[in-house]
Amino acid sequence: MNKPIVELKNVYKKFNDTTILNNINLKLEAGQFYTLLGPSGSGKTTILRTIAGFNDVTSGEVLFQGKKINSIPPHQRNMNTVFQNYALFPNMNVYENVAFGLRIHKVPEAEIKQRVQEVLHLVQLDNYGDREISELSGGQQQRVAIARAVINQPKVLLLDEPLSALDAKLRKDMQYQLRSLQQRLGITFLFVTHDQEEALAMSDVIFVMNDGKILQQGSPVDIYDEPINHFVAHFIGESNIIPGKMISDFHVEFLGHTFECSDAGIPANESVEVVIRPEDLVIVPVDQGKIKVKVSTQLFRGDYYEIIAFDQQDNEWLIHSTKPTIDDSIIGLTFEPDDMHIMRYNEDEHNFNQRLESYEE
Amino acid sequence: MKKEFKFLYFAPYLLWLLLFVIAPVALIFYYSFFNVNHQFTLNNYITFFTSGTYLTMTANSVWFAFLITAMTLLISYPMAYFITKLKYRNLWILLVILPTWINLLLKAYAFIGLFSHNGLVNQIFNFFGIPAQQLLFTNTSFILVAAYIQIPFMVLPIYNSLLEINPSLVQASKDLGATSWQTFKKIIIPLSIPGIKSGVQIVFIPSLSLFMLSRLIGGNKIITLGTAVEEHFLTTMNWGMGSTIGVVLIISMFIVTILTHTSKKRRVAK
Repeated sequence: MNKPIVELKNVYKKFNDTTILNNINLKLEAGQFYTLLGPSGSGKTTILRTIAGFNDVTSGEVLFQGKKINSIPPHQRNMNTVFQNYALFPNMNVYENVAFGLRIHKVPEAEIKQRVQEVLHLVQLDNYGDREISELSGGQQQRVAIARAVINQPKVLLLDEPLSALDAKLRKDMQYQLRSLQQRLGITFLFVTHDQEEALAMSDVIFVMNDGKILQQGSPVDIYDEPINHFVAHFIGESNIIPGKMISDFHVEFLGHTFECSDAGIPANESVEVVIRPEDLVIVPVDQGKIKVKVSTQLFRGDYYEIIAFDQQDNEWLIHSTKPTIDDSIIGLTFEPDDMHIMRYNEDEHNFNQRLESYEE
Repeated sequence: MKKEFKFLYFAPYLLWLLLFVIAPVALIFYYSFFNVNHQFTLNNYITFFTSGTYLTMTANSVWFAFLITAMTLLISYPMAYFITKLKYRNLWILLVILPTWINLLLKAYAFIGLFSHNGLVNQIFNFFGIPAQQLLFTNTSFILVAAYIQIPFMVLPIYNSLLEINPSLVQASKDLGATSWQTFKKIIIPLSIPGIKSGVQIVFIPSLSLFMLSRLIGGNKIITLGTAVEEHFLTTMNWGMGSTIGVVLIISMFIVTILTHTSKKRRVAK
């Protein structure tokens, strides 16, 4: 394993009686794209600001390349931030905004000129140097903010919900651009967002946060396929979560039937939750279905139909299907053992990972 | 009908403007073309621009107004800056405004008390073994008291423009490696220029004609244009000449306003 470039050890942040960060431990390695994902108020921006140096921690250590940086002011940290509202200086034009960091560091004028041109090219704003900030669109301001932050060649770039102010199409476009920028620059990105789609699309590693805690970290695929608990399953993507009971390894019971599954390591008869993603459910004739549900409503979403149905026990089922079905009809649903993911109540990340490793090859 | 109704709303303001702004200014212009014997003449202007006395007076006024404005700015900017950092800044700014509720004359007399030969300041000097100084009726005390009186009018616009600066700009500057001082120089001061400009506009013009203070505190050693206006209207009864000086003051006010007003677009990129 590489030496982490940024590390938080047992970080707590308390404000009066509220705990904003509750025992945060994380390691960022060089050259990776990390995302802090969580609803607003989950503490993700606080972590970012802690690493940038704008927040003190109540206890715990903030390490940069192995050195404790808790008391180092932001301007002496080799990291730069892209702010949520971009925070471009309105008294300077694009060129001066981007050159700001270099001027502060007394870089010779000729080198400034060359490097500003390079980064403006990098964000595809080649001839925009003379423009005023007020003359730019949101997407352009966004790119100036990125150019201004990367010109100092930071080891880590911190991005605080930088895409949230853009419209949907531009946001998708910027996701590609950010990802490819990160790969070209090869520096560590720490991206904060509440948008799970953004996180899944861009990240190497996602930290899912809620209530000041990191609930789960892992690759987008891991987190999507094997969420640790109800919150993560619900927050990342859409899911059907059904209460059930573990019968034995690789067998789970719900809705009165026993199904084969791909999870193990859970004591028999323990109550669990079963997650099935809506796109993994296949509509079949009633007699071929593993379960029967009654269709309630369906919405056309463009590339698929979103069908809401209810089983006999009144559990709601969300199904993504490329074909429509008939309202109020009874349909069968089938799924493979691999499509199911079993979650234990109150399992912590350490035990969860160990259990997964014990039976996955 | 709707239009008439709208006009009714404007009427009080129009009336006000007419009676208390337009009419007095028009009257001043009108009087400036008459001599003591109520005959039409341009001599007032000729006298003003050819006599050494009036030109020295103008130079004096401008010079002292400049000193007062500079002094006020020097005290007010840091004051406004630190108030924005305080927890109860609304209370502090109220305390800054409070002295403006007290009559100018009362404040002037209070300073006479403080600065007089046996005043508080000289008593404190005595306590430290410094002999009593002539404080009253000096240029320094005139500038100090004038600056004191003008401080609230300078602090308020600067304070407001400082509050308007998005805190994330300061963070962005530090994030890019700037120290607090560099951030102050490169971000905070340039972004508070509009406040400084309005403060200068509000302070400079009245400072041109602070006749009351220059008499009570400055001991009438420096005759400013304000003193001259007062003398002409109340003592020599030469209303024409007094109005002429008034016109000159009004025109210089316009010049200062135009000079301190810059379009948004014009900015020098170094």
